[in-house]
Amino acid sequence: MPVHPYIPNSDPEVKKEMLRALGVKDAEELFAVIPEKIRFRKNLNLPPSTPEYEVRRHVEQILAKNKNSNEMLTFVGGGCWPHYVPAVCDEINSRSEFLTAYTGDVYSDLGRFQALFEFQSMIGELVGMDAVTFPTYDWPTAAGDALRMAAILTGRHEILVPKTINPDRLSVMSNFSGSLARIKHVGYDRQTGQMSLEDLKSKISTNTAAVYIENPSYLGFIETDCKEIGEIAHDKGALFLVGVEPLSLGILAPPGEYGADIVCGEGQPLGVHMSYGGGSLGFLGCHDDERYLSATGHRLISITKTKREGEWGFTFVLPERSMYTGRDKSACITGTSTILWAITGAVYLSLLGPKGIKELAETIMKNSYYTIKRLSEINGVRVPLFNSPHFEEYTVNFDKTRRSVREVNKALMKFGIQGGKDISSEFPELGSTALYCTTELHTREDIDKLGSALDEVLR
Amino acid sequence: MEDTVKVVEREMAYRAVAWNEPIIYQLSRSGRRGSMVSRPDEKVNATVGHVLSKIPEKLRRKSLPKLPELSEPEVVRHYIRLSQQNYGVDSGISVGVGTCTMKYSPKVNEALVRSPKLAEIHPLQDEETVQGALEIMYRLGKWLCEISGMDEFSMQPRGGAHAVLTNARIIRKYHELKGELDQRNEMITTVLSHPCNGAAPAATGFKVITLYPDETGIPNVEALKAAVSKHTAGLMMTNPYDTGVFDKNIVKYIKIIHEAGGLAAIDQANANSILGRLRIGDVGADLCHFNLHKSFSTPHGSAGPGSAPIGVKKELSKFLPVPVVAYDGTKYYLDYNRPHTIGKTAGFYGVIPNVVRAYAWIMSMGEEGLKETSEVAVVNNNYLIQKLLKIRGVTLPWNESHPRRLQEARFSLQKMKEETGIGVDGLNRRIVDFGIQRCFLAHEPPIVPEPFTPEPPESNSKEDLDQFAWAIQRISDEAYSTPEIVLNAPHNCAITEVDSSPSKDPKKWALTWRAYLKKHG
Repeated sequence: MPVHPYIPNSDPEVKKEMLRALGVKDAEELFAVIPEKIRFRKNLNLPPSTPEYEVRRHVEQILAKNKNSNEMLTFVGGGCWPHYVPAVCDEINSRSEFLTAYTGDVYSDLGRFQALFEFQSMIGELVGMDAVTFPTYDWPTAAGDALRMAAILTGRHEILVPKTINPDRLSVMSNFSGSLARIKHVGYDRQTGQMSLEDLKSKISTNTAAVYIENPSYLGFIETDCKEIGEIAHDKGALFLVGVEPLSLGILAPPGEYGADIVCGEGQPLGVHMSYGGGSLGFLGCHDDERYLSATGHRLISITKTKREGEWGFTFVLPERSMYTGRDKSACITGTSTILWAITGAVYLSLLGPKGIKELAETIMKNSYYTIKRLSEINGVRVPLFNSPHFEEYTVNFDKTRRSVREVNKALMKFGIQGGKDISSEFPELGSTALYCTTELHTREDIDKLGSALDEVLR
Repeated sequence: MEDTVKVVEREMAYRAVAWNEPIIYQLSRSGRRGSMVSRPDEKVNATVGHVLSKIPEKLRRKSLPKLPELSEPEVVRHYIRLSQQNYGVDSGISVGVGTCTMKYSPKVNEALVRSPKLAEIHPLQDEETVQGALEIMYRLGKWLCEISGMDEFSMQPRGGAHAVLTNARIIRKYHELKGELDQRNEMITTVLSHPCNGAAPAATGFKVITLYPDETGIPNVEALKAAVSKHTAGLMMTNPYDTGVFDKNIVKYIKIIHEAGGLAAIDQANANSILGRLRIGDVGADLCHFNLHKSFSTPHGSAGPGSAPIGVKKELSKFLPVPVVAYDGTKYYLDYNRPHTIGKTAGFYGVIPNVVRAYAWIMSMGEEGLKETSEVAVVNNNYLIQKLLKIRGVTLPWNESHPRRLQEARFSLQKMKEETGIGVDGLNRRIVDFGIQRCFLAHEPPIVPEPFTPEPPESNSKEDLDQFAWAIQRISDEAYSTPEIVLNAPHNCAITEVDSSPSKDPKKWALTWRAYLKKHG
């Protein structure tokens, strides 16, 4: 083995010196702790050691087969949304002091504690909650944790969710809440998409741990009866859980104001690149109540003082709840989460500021409505399916064109356009329907280009 | 000793950056802004009119969210200062942080994943347009199969505990399909395994039975025999342990579990000492996982995003979370056609940038480089052990049964604590004064008293290890001669000793700035 640049002690002289200090002839002696009969004595079928230039060239050549959203027009969302990432976000999350740190305490890693506290503070303002936990992997897993908390807090095990929820997200929530929660669907109004209050009232009972809704919903419309839904839940002693896309909170009321007990959501829009779905960050806020905080398995940090006047420090809250102490007695798993993205989210939100986030949310909503208007002009296209306000996503139905979403999307690809997510198998009752997404990235020309392409595809 | 003198001079000269940086809200000034947002043009405005009026009054935000108001240079300065008060692998010696494998993350891999060719692709794009991403996921899966001896991998889990939860769900589904779930409701683990090996099966609905080590530092085979029954669903344990001990009974355990009708999931989060030397699949494990942010060099990100692919044997591949990346000979695709899948345990397909980083790292190392990695990791660790054991007050529990360790070792300062009153809390508050990252202690419950667990992966030089040992020696000297220095530490850090009283006091704790203002403002 030649000396490898990542391994200082691969220099044979250094290694010899260290082995001498150990009184060992050969490193092989040290591996004697593994029983010989299970040692792997062959060569792994892997490539040989490769210089940096060749690795880079090889990987870049493979990645070059991807077509990114700078190279085509992308109108797809569905849990990951194309947004502009300010250069400052990348500058800060490339800082190797943040990038390569892990679990140092507040004395060595004050920076990540403070940035995380600031992220929690800004999320608290957006969702209207005083307590925000460590972030988790993504929205679906944060929602799963919210379900677990609700079951623990109420001692009940039934969770009601809208039928309009993303089935993939529901699958994650189910795997995360495990045996603690049985999930039941509540039907929706076919005209508006809104959760049916009648159906909710017929299904809710004293077995219900929580009612979970999303705003905006997976299908893009805004659930407008949330206050009523929350009251129906509370009347039966159930909790009210709300999942959110955070930029919409530039114009939508914070769920904490309309009765939510736990709010979760996806932080990817806050300055994190999509990276094929790799850039996710789940957040969770709740009442600043010892019972609630005890019910979460996530780590929690509080701001505090230090020995020196005027100096900020941070400390863990109720550390014994997490699996690190509780092991099988703890409420859920935690561990390596998504702190680099929380730091990024803090940077993003402090760049936007209060006016910026409102303007951004307005821009997104206006661009969406412009797209809705433009696509509505196309013969046979119905958009949106639901007569309700929409934020950045909306259903586009092609039934009258007798084309499947798959066919439409394949044809759009020839125009350099990625169409919306095909939801026709997730919601067969909605026919040939796609979920489209418009954000601040789409100019009027981009949207008109989509319109003309669809004109032609569906002609 | 000329070398030692040099070390002393360098380490004693260290001073952390201490900006006394305010909370960002304290820097806010109404009217400032850090970004200019794209606005729709006139035609769009004219076409859509007042869209906000479409939102019912009751759902409109009444007042602007209280986000801080700063200009761009102020935001940059604030977060640059915070970054300067953070300590990464690149900053210095993180040898103390065991179980975490704080190895170097190559810079070229950062350049690769920050390319728009990866950063700007959407997970729901047409498969034709993401062939590159799928190819790397597929190829890494094959390599991990080769390294582990398993048959198929999923990249979906986003952290080690997440992987263990996913494996627990697979074990559950396996018994459910056999109609034995009601009967098989017990999972066995060992107390020196990572805590998630207890938490994840519990979160999946299993009753957890925890085996404790005997006087040799590993559980007794008889204890496992006594624990298995017709209720046994499986075994979820870590090997090697984060004591650096390899549990040589592993073959026997797996045999006992299999004979009882259970499955064995062996946590390989930290595989740094066994790369190319042991394949857990060959030993009989049915499931395993790797942490790409440990053994495979992806950066830890201040605690994530990580990535923890799970590997299974052929008989279990039908249960893997969907989708699995497949290849039909000409094209890569996302295979959702797994009727017995557990479904999904996270959105989309995993932390793909870490998949790309790990792929590039393995390629750089190559087959002989992986073996060199495990060799140097083990040499480093045993070199450090013999140095630390010469220090007064430091002991290595189970040293008699396990004088040689693999990737790391769990020491005890109990003797020092008894003799000087200073234990691991003091050690950790003092070591940072020398510009060295604090030590990981141990997971609960306290099996080793006053524990600390250093792990010196292959990217640490001999000089790093000498400096780390010097710092422990220095703290020991101080503890025995001038304990007040340690008791009042840290002295050279960004902050002084924190008041941890809000930790258990609801009236004091504040998890957000708004809560702080309400309680203390």
